[in-house]
Amino acid sequence: MSDNEKTPPDHPPASPEPPAGPAPEAAPAAADAQRPAPTDDEKAAKIAAAKAKAAAAKATKEAAPAEAKPPWEDKPVTPEHQDASADPDVLALAAAVEGSVLAADRFAGDVTVTVPAEKIVDVCRALKSGRGFTFLVDLTAVDWLDREQGRFDVVYWMHRFDDSKRIRLVAALPAERPIASVTGVWRTANWLEREVYDMFGIHFEGHPALERILTWEGFNGHPLRKDFPVEGIDTGAAIYPDVYPPGGGPLRPEELEPPEPKAGGKGES
Amino acid sequence: MSNRTPPSLFDVEEMELSFGPQHPATHGVLRVQLKLDGEKIVDAKPIIGYLHRGTEKLFETMPFPQCIPHTDRMDYVAAATNNQGFCVAMEKLLGITIPPRAAYIRMMLAELQRLASHLVWLATHAIDIGAITPFFYTFRERDAILDLFEEYCGARLTLNTMKIGGVPFDLPAGWVERCSALVDGFPAHIDEYEELLTNNRIWKKRTIGIGVVSPEDAIDWGLTGPPLRGSGVQWDIRKVFPYDRYNEIDFEIPIGRNGDTYDRYLVRMVEMRQSVRILRQCLDRLPEGPVIAKIPKVLRARDGMVYGSVEAPKGELGYFIVTTDKATEPYRCRVRPPSFVNLQLLPDMVRGHLVADLVAVIGTLDIVLGEIDR
Repeated sequence: MSDNEKTPPDHPPASPEPPAGPAPEAAPAAADAQRPAPTDDEKAAKIAAAKAKAAAAKATKEAAPAEAKPPWEDKPVTPEHQDASADPDVLALAAAVEGSVLAADRFAGDVTVTVPAEKIVDVCRALKSGRGFTFLVDLTAVDWLDREQGRFDVVYWMHRFDDSKRIRLVAALPAERPIASVTGVWRTANWLEREVYDMFGIHFEGHPALERILTWEGFNGHPLRKDFPVEGIDTGAAIYPDVYPPGGGPLRPEELEPPEPKAGGKGES
Repeated sequence: MSNRTPPSLFDVEEMELSFGPQHPATHGVLRVQLKLDGEKIVDAKPIIGYLHRGTEKLFETMPFPQCIPHTDRMDYVAAATNNQGFCVAMEKLLGITIPPRAAYIRMMLAELQRLASHLVWLATHAIDIGAITPFFYTFRERDAILDLFEEYCGARLTLNTMKIGGVPFDLPAGWVERCSALVDGFPAHIDEYEELLTNNRIWKKRTIGIGVVSPEDAIDWGLTGPPLRGSGVQWDIRKVFPYDRYNEIDFEIPIGRNGDTYDRYLVRMVEMRQSVRILRQCLDRLPEGPVIAKIPKVLRARDGMVYGSVEAPKGELGYFIVTTDKATEPYRCRVRPPSFVNLQLLPDMVRGHLVADLVAVIGTLDIVLGEIDR
């Protein structure tokens, strides 16, 4: 510590502040009497230097990003749902197919149009031929289990090459109701619809070969339904029907009494 | 005697052959049910699902950050771009802007991963067709890339190297120099591979005119990535919907002319050169600063659905995330796997070709079964 005090000029002005405090107590009284004046001066000088430095740093910091923090140091800005019914493609779709646009929403830059499930093929045709959405990006479904307007949402989204615009369609569908296949509009839909059929049990009317794709024929249930257990089911029943009871047994002994929602997932296919 | 049926052995016109699932040339557990007339393919039916692990179901049970290691296991030869896709989609959902340094590190990892993935593709594609030598060359460079990954995050294949809001670590000391050395030497290596294949007469004979896809078909079948570009459609997510900081980078999108296996090969070779170009720019411009944005400890999303996608080595890899209000885990997370959509076209591409060409077509689609089956 005394070393520190003897060699202040070597140090940068801001760093050796702490030793100045405890030093007078530890040092003998004589030394204490000899040195008070320089210590105070040093201290004052240091404080002044540190203050100047901090002020300079602050000034540069404020000057550079124009008195705002960069976005990565600030809180995330949660996107808002906005009305997108004024979008030109949504307007054109509403004009082309009557009663096709139930709602239009813009969230995080994505336009989502809610359409009636009965009109899905007309809507897709209108978008493809009328608005140039020639590329089907993806097709999937969401299971909302106990929702009023229907259990499933079938989701389509398509791309237009001219101006790189994307639009998403959502069709609410009650359980056990089929929806028309869009394989006639985009051939991409073939396997995508097969996957939705396999995972959710949604039937696509007019699909050329609606078979299971990721699981096998004879598999019990549809894995991505919310009432299908995450830990899986005993698939032995499908492979050894003589040994296992039909419908498959649960995996663990404590599950021998199957919970109620499971019953809905069984029995189909 | 006269109405006795003739021996049927030589009258069989169609034979059914199951190609795979345990076949080295199917690049995983793909099974193709073939109908053959002699050695000519009359029809082919891909059968998938042998590697289905229910990843999308698993996503629904875990908080957002815990999903990232699971994305590694989908396209396991390009884990970094899988991480990137999930993070890009999550950042869109949560409204996070990542710091520039993080974006540059991500782009470097993604481009290194693209190189590594294309090297695996080139090695296996060439070996399927009968050219064994490129394998030894490409795996030499791939190993150097994996060493860089290992140095950065400790893993070589399943990297788990990106976080929502940035990247978990800053680059270790000396990494930039080592990466720089690799990048500088890389064009010479690509020349080496091209010397072995591009003008090779056997290679040309096996690839030109095989598996031709017209641009209209490519769009109608939803192809993305090199198969789409090989057919002459200039489309790349990095240009169309720039994520991270690709809008600051100067690079070109190569396209093919004839849409055959040879063109797709050339497209991928040029893509590797473009990746090197992107890496060079990233290394030169690498900004200082934090590597992760200030994000809350527990990530809570609002109700909504977003789709975020990146240009993975195989094509457009997209994540569709549906959340309920104040949720900490996805209600539904759909992955749009490029290989799954690209594989659909296989029957059309091989019809009328020989069985040996099936191997070339599977190779040129560059499929990974982990991603197809999820």
